Amino acid sequence: MRGIVTFAVFLAVWWAVTQFCPVPPYMLPTPQSVAVALIAQRNLLFDNTLVTLAEILLGLFFGTLLGALAALAMAALPPLQRWLMPVLVLSQAIPVFALAPLLVLWFGFGMTSKIIMTILVIFFPVTASLADGLNLTEPGWLDMAAAMNASRFSTLCYVRLPAALPAFASGLRVATALAPIGAIIGEWVGASSGLGYVMINANARIQTDVMFAALFVLCVLAVLLFTIVDRILRKLIYWAPDNRRGFS
Amino acid sequence: MSFCPSLHIQNLALHYGGQIIFENLNLVIPSGQLVALLGPSGVGKTSLLRIIAGLEAPFAGQVTASDNAPLSGRIAYMAQQDLLLPWARVIDNVMLGAKLRGMKPEPDRAMNLLERVGLAERAKSLPVELSGGMRQRVAIARTLYEARPIVLMDEPFSALDAITRTKIQDLAAELLSGCTTLLITHDPMEACRISHHLVVLTGAPAGLEAPVEVPGIPPRAPDNLLVLQTQAELLRMLAQ
Repeated sequence: MRGIVTFAVFLAVWWAVTQFCPVPPYMLPTPQSVAVALIAQRNLLFDNTLVTLAEILLGLFFGTLLGALAALAMAALPPLQRWLMPVLVLSQAIPVFALAPLLVLWFGFGMTSKIIMTILVIFFPVTASLADGLNLTEPGWLDMAAAMNASRFSTLCYVRLPAALPAFASGLRVATALAPIGAIIGEWVGASSGLGYVMINANARIQTDVMFAALFVLCVLAVLLFTIVDRILRKLIYWAPDNRRGFS
Repeated sequence: MSFCPSLHIQNLALHYGGQIIFENLNLVIPSGQLVALLGPSGVGKTSLLRIIAGLEAPFAGQVTASDNAPLSGRIAYMAQQDLLLPWARVIDNVMLGAKLRGMKPEPDRAMNLLERVGLAERAKSLPVELSGGMRQRVAIARTLYEARPIVLMDEPFSALDAITRTKIQDLAAELLSGCTTLLITHDPMEACRISHHLVVLTGAPAGLEAPVEVPGIPPRAPDNLLVLQTQAELLRMLAQ
């Protein structure tokens, strides 16, 4: 409900700007013309949305998998953490925009370079959140496990990992919000399909309304994806204290 | 419960960053008896318990059992917080030790223990659905599930209200009878009611006062005259 009101206010302000300010339509199209473009180009938008969605989902899946494995490896082998953490921070300091052309050069115009881009964008929040969660286990639980003669491995499996899941979920939420950016950056630099490709193309032809339509679809996609992931995470981590109400 | 050895603490010393917490500490916990350890905050009671549990290394001295067998694997440890895992059901919390050791859990035995602490019908609940007193009862069941001859307890009932605390003290005294138990407590009444004898750790560096005997068999009634007398004596000792 609140989402609808926010959206309506946004549309109204947008409409007012196009009505009462001297902005040419190729700089800021009216909401109506974007709606028309949305309907007229629905096939083009739908096909390319599927491509971008596939890139985002595959990037999220592999990024989460790799990030979780890296964090678990660091938890299992503490010396690894001292070696790997600076590399991780460094990888985050390199602007992904600078890497994008290289990735296209190495992995081609197809989906692979976009998926790798998405993985690069989300790897750090996923790894850092799970590693943090694994490092911050309640000391009392660790003492109890030690007194129960638990092995390091079973302590990791049955105590540290479940205890880290709420922190990991925060990282996954950030990753879900960031994943579309990774895919779109990849598509901007060089692609033959996808919403980013549609945007770049429309921009070059000054079809600003199509560009806005693609942007709109991307926003809806991102919000839907986040809502779904958020719901699933809250279902899975049923024990975590949660004072929020639904996101939408 | 299998044979419970007595516990011997000999010449134990603990230093922290150049500061002597305690030195030359000697204490015997007789076989199958409950000894209460009292003392002001920060005197080193919890450190002493952690050393006995093998969670911390002493600066000097040793802790041995009367049968000379190693202590590892024979000590159950119950902390101030209930430490229930919030994602596991009550019965899984009780059987946690078996799971952590890679052994087959025994649900029947766990149910039996839950029955004894009066929580059989809550076996499938999550810890968050239980009151503080119930959670601490689950923690007792989890400690008993370990079936270990030596039990260490660090203020296990301090977070409970007075009525619940009294009930759980009686329950613990009954269920732990026969185990060699060391109980840390801040509550002189608790010490007088459920321990066979009690010792006071005071001073800096800390030393043990002579053990105080409480006549009678625990758990003693709160209005027992001897309990009240010992409690008064204890309060005087602690206030010095």
